[in-house]
Amino acid sequence: MIEAFEILFTASFWVAAIRIASPLIFATMGELICERAGVLNLGIEGIMVVGAFAGWLTVYMGGDLWFGVAVAALAGAAFGLLHATLTVPLGLSQHVVGIGITLLATSLTYFTYRIVLPEVTSPPRIEPFQPLPVPLLSDIPVVGPALFNQTPLTYLAFATVAVVAWVLYRTPLGLAVRAAGENPSAVEAQGISVNAVRMGAVMVGSALMAIGGAFLTMSAFNSFFFEMINGRGWICIALVVFGSWRPGKALLGAILFAAFDAYQVRLQQLTGGVVPYQLFLMMPFVLSILALVVMSRRAAYPKALMIPYQKGER
Amino acid sequence: MTASALLISGITKRFGSLVANDAISLELGQGEVVALLGENGAGKTTLMNILFGHYVADEGTVEAFGQALPPGDPRAALAAGIGMVHQHFTLADNMSVLENIVLGTQSPWSLRLDRAQARSRIRELSRDFGLAVEPDRQVAALSVGERQRVEILKALYRDARILILDEPTAVLTPGETDALFATLKMLVAKGLSIIFISHKLHEVMAVSDRVLVLRAGRIAGERTTRDTTRQELAALMVGEEVQAPAVAPVSRGRALLTLDNVSTAPLGGGSRLDGVSLALHEGVITGLAGVSGNGQAALAALLAGTAVPADGVMMIDAEAIANWSPRTALAKGVARIPEDRHAVGTIADMSVTENVISERYRSERFSSRGIVDWKAARGFAETLIRDYDVKCPSPDTRIRLLSGGNIQKLILGRALDPEPKIILANQPTRGLDVGAVAYVHGRLLEARARGAAILLISEDLDEIMALSDEVRVMFRGRISAPSQRGERSIRELGELMAGHGAEAAHHAA
Repeated sequence: MIEAFEILFTASFWVAAIRIASPLIFATMGELICERAGVLNLGIEGIMVVGAFAGWLTVYMGGDLWFGVAVAALAGAAFGLLHATLTVPLGLSQHVVGIGITLLATSLTYFTYRIVLPEVTSPPRIEPFQPLPVPLLSDIPVVGPALFNQTPLTYLAFATVAVVAWVLYRTPLGLAVRAAGENPSAVEAQGISVNAVRMGAVMVGSALMAIGGAFLTMSAFNSFFFEMINGRGWICIALVVFGSWRPGKALLGAILFAAFDAYQVRLQQLTGGVVPYQLFLMMPFVLSILALVVMSRRAAYPKALMIPYQKGER
Repeated sequence: MTASALLISGITKRFGSLVANDAISLELGQGEVVALLGENGAGKTTLMNILFGHYVADEGTVEAFGQALPPGDPRAALAAGIGMVHQHFTLADNMSVLENIVLGTQSPWSLRLDRAQARSRIRELSRDFGLAVEPDRQVAALSVGERQRVEILKALYRDARILILDEPTAVLTPGETDALFATLKMLVAKGLSIIFISHKLHEVMAVSDRVLVLRAGRIAGERTTRDTTRQELAALMVGEEVQAPAVAPVSRGRALLTLDNVSTAPLGGGSRLDGVSLALHEGVITGLAGVSGNGQAALAALLAGTAVPADGVMMIDAEAIANWSPRTALAKGVARIPEDRHAVGTIADMSVTENVISERYRSERFSSRGIVDWKAARGFAETLIRDYDVKCPSPDTRIRLLSGGNIQKLILGRALDPEPKIILANQPTRGLDVGAVAYVHGRLLEARARGAAILLISEDLDEIMALSDEVRVMFRGRISAPSQRGERSIRELGELMAGHGAEAAHHAA
């Protein structure tokens, strides 16, 4: 029992938690932007698969790591454009389109993988991002390695949260995005195109989701394999709700979930197989559901979320 | 009234076969208030939506300060100094007043929203034009009157020179209306031009310099406000003289519904009944006056079957009711005309046919063995459309597309068709134009002549006085003793509404 408690004070636990949280942070920020503009993007799971593959493939083909991240983002934005075109100007069901995008993006990725690498049985490896310790700060016990001895992509994830929060709350652009998710007719009445705002938000959001996927193949691991995303996209949708559509709270949610995940792995080792390991695997999800129930009861969701806007309609 | 601010010439707009605007021309001078008067559906809002670029006209042009406006471009209208206060506010509830106002006024690519500068500018405008509202409050926390002020501030913040107000008083209390008129006077004094859209004659008389009357998409007449009368305008508006309803004497029958010392648990909004005794008699319209929020909603819910008595006895036909629910209420012959025709009375995205059978689709007339008889349903909808003179393209039309008056006529038809014994009419004419009000009143009086017991809940004292055989006043969940037609003056009713003597009246009842 004491050992289970001590895990919480080890640096390796927190290093793992922050690493697990990083892709979730990117994708959660991406989903948050989409939803703040009024579009539920259920394509997230598939777009993360695309990002994971596109980034990895670019590097495997000889590209620079950062170039890989850019390609992943562009690939994500392209699927975002498809999603946005169907849901925003055409006003189709966001549920159906989102699930369609996920299926399409996932299948297209696996198909491309087979075309590009027909003969491979074990996935080829790349040289991923390496930890980049921040001088001095990384020497602080526990917190240092967890926060300041990570790969550059993790730092980028945290920076993304700050940028998203700044843009949403401190710039005219963010104001337009939030208003598009609250009451699109207010946006239109002020001479701004709702379609442009929403499509832009979905594309930028999708690019972030794809970077989240790329983190897995280019920072957490060093190769691409099927089922890699494994429901992380869906978790991010829940994290947005958990964070009440606020970047800071969503960041906390991502770290909390990742901590549960890192904890259950260590707990499994501790019990030495007496308890079925599936119970531990289940733990982060059960705790997430509980946290969601508690947190989202007073959440103020964007009023126009999932409501298509058609100009001039009564 | 020196130069022209706005020149609309020959605007025509068709929606399918409906001609919403037929060759309408209008000139607005600087510093002038022009009222656009017309019934619901006369084409006022369509015209303003064209002006503001929400719709594109089929024919005609719009010029602001000598410059032609490109059609279908709200941005151009805003840039030309046209500001519009829509009937349904275009505000984002979860955002602050300031955020709503500055939305779209700064380049989207600037890195910082200048809140401090915006705040001081908004404060200055509020002060100059009597539009008191705190910039940092959430819109969701504001009253309707405050929200309207935010809408006006939105236009002024963009330096609007022409302000269009679409039915601005529909949602305001009398006090807020007076404050709005005072603001409009200040705006005109600063040289702004105003188009005031309304169907309320006394407001048009009070606020405008010139009146343009629209009827069925055409200009039916133009008058200088000074030189006209309410009667003349009303006649232009509906195309005929409007008459007060003639109330024939009907003999008072037995009590169909009685409440004996009934109390209810508070509803969501806190509305509750506190020991109410009341009897609704055959052939009698019981008018219930009172300031909104004094228990009318609870009484309406009780009759409609959506609330049950917590204490006391409720009887229909001298029989105590059991298992009270909306279904029982319908079965016992209670017809409901709900207060909110959009939220409660109808299902906006379902068809007229589906809406008119929604209370009775289980009956043998409209279904057998659990299968809906759509032929009978459609036939019923067609009958109602014809008999109640509903303007609607077909029974398959989504009800959301109809005007308020036409929706109310359908609700009325649905409620009255089974010849109900008891009718709950909750704010039956709120927001309707003169013609539709007269129509609703006529139908209620017909039901009374046939022997129905009617409870009329209304905030409009003129309506209560005109229709009711018996008037009662609600105050804090209690109900006053009845007065017969003409017994209490408006002033006396007003005192009861304010709570003076309510206790005594309650105990006497």
